[in-house]
Amino acid sequence: MSGFAQNTFNGLVSGAFYALLALGLAVIFGMLRVVNFAHGAFYMLGAFGAYVLLAEAGVPFWAALVIMPVGLALLGMALERAVIHRLTKLDPLYNFLLTFGLTLILQDLVKLRYGVQSSPYETPSLLSGSVDFGLFDFPTYRVFILGFAVLLCVAVWWVLTRTRIGMVVRASTERPDLTRAFGIDVGRWVTPVFGFGIGLAGLAGVLAAPMRAVNPLMGADLIIVVFAVVVIGGLGSIFGSVAAGFGIGLVQAWGEAYLSNFPLVSQTIVFVVMAGVLLWRPAGLFGREEAPA
Amino acid sequence: MLRIENLSAFYGEAQVLRDVSLEVSAGEVVTLVGRNGAGKSTLLRCVMGLHPGQRGTVELDGRDITRLPAHKRARLGLGWVPDDRGSYATLTVTENLTLPPTVGPDPWSLERVYEAFPALHTRRDSAATMLSGGEQQMLALARVLRMGARLLLCDEPTEGLSPLLVQQVGDLLREAKRHGVTVLLVEQNLHFATGVADRHYLLAEGRVAEAMDNSEVRSRERELLAYLGI
Repeated sequence: MSGFAQNTFNGLVSGAFYALLALGLAVIFGMLRVVNFAHGAFYMLGAFGAYVLLAEAGVPFWAALVIMPVGLALLGMALERAVIHRLTKLDPLYNFLLTFGLTLILQDLVKLRYGVQSSPYETPSLLSGSVDFGLFDFPTYRVFILGFAVLLCVAVWWVLTRTRIGMVVRASTERPDLTRAFGIDVGRWVTPVFGFGIGLAGLAGVLAAPMRAVNPLMGADLIIVVFAVVVIGGLGSIFGSVAAGFGIGLVQAWGEAYLSNFPLVSQTIVFVVMAGVLLWRPAGLFGREEAPA
Repeated sequence: MLRIENLSAFYGEAQVLRDVSLEVSAGEVVTLVGRNGAGKSTLLRCVMGLHPGQRGTVELDGRDITRLPAHKRARLGLGWVPDDRGSYATLTVTENLTLPPTVGPDPWSLERVYEAFPALHTRRDSAATMLSGGEQQMLALARVLRMGARLLLCDEPTEGLSPLLVQQVGDLLREAKRHGVTVLLVEQNLHFATGVADRHYLLAEGRVAEAMDNSEVRSRERELLAYLGI
């Protein structure tokens, strides 16, 4: 039983990363109709930035947790203004080429300076040790990640469903042209929303630094699963991406634990689930067929 | 209030409007009648600023708005009532109503909207797409009245509605007119059109074929119905 709790907990922690990344992809896709293949690179930059800030300037984890998301959000907004916004009128192929190209550029820039080996990042002292939950105890840092990610998802959900900004974003996501006809400058929201999605990826990166190997390819490995998560949840669905993120984290952890006789299963299980979901619901679990403009 | 001059519109290579010129004065209700594909809806989209391929001039209150994006036109007082009713599935009924900013001197309050449409009040927290077709049409009209729009652009507001609801749409448009609201209306239902409108333009193959008043439409109703293929 304690093994099951352990696996479930670890699944939820991995799921928290999937959820944060998928959430950013979902808001970006909703608002821009751009699939950001560079999302994993920004996650990597978040982790790497935290590492560099600590190693070269002594900036602690807590400061990096603010600096990196904000800095990357600004970088994201600059990129959106410079190149990403040109994608909206082009064939989707260019979307892939540009954002994938950005990934390679960002990865190689980091490689040039820091090489490919993984760098260690120490868990902040406040969060070292473990928390005793009676029957089991879990590492404090992972409990923190889970709590923080859940809180963040709830906050984003609250903003989207309970505020005027959220209402405008939902309307612009669902029917951009119609929303313009109701006096709303949809274009004005595009850049901040892109920046926000990138900021979330950066934040996930900082959170990952103390528990995952920090290296230039860490985002590339993760993002493939995140895309499966987004497809399962329904491309552009906010709730779907978060739910599928945690769900896939759990499925993976349970698969690893209880199907350990089949080592390949835990790596492929995500894609088996994705294929199954697509057969059953082509728009994903919480996706909607595209409405006309 | 609205002046359209030599307006042409294209879908790719195909030309759907050819040098259309027409005028709507403040406080008037004017309909566009014509067969399917005559360019009526495209004309409305051009006025709203939602059709990219166009040539010619659109003026509002003497101001050239041809190059103005749709959201700025809405803020000048244009109220958009699209043919599909424009309900948002991800917004509640109340949110659908309050999404547009108020733009005119005489916007309806939310209370007034709900008093006039008790059905919308009952379902105020439901997703707008869960409403019946008739309720969604009322929602679309109520939304632009709440904006306080001065010029309503209505694309077939009676399409698919029961006679009772058609009557209700007519009452609503007449009431808006009494308060000085101007309406440009795409309409196939000639009875309805003569009941609410002052004048009519007949569009054919992207051109204004004729301008008619109510008595002319009534006296030529049979001929017009045959022409429209209804």
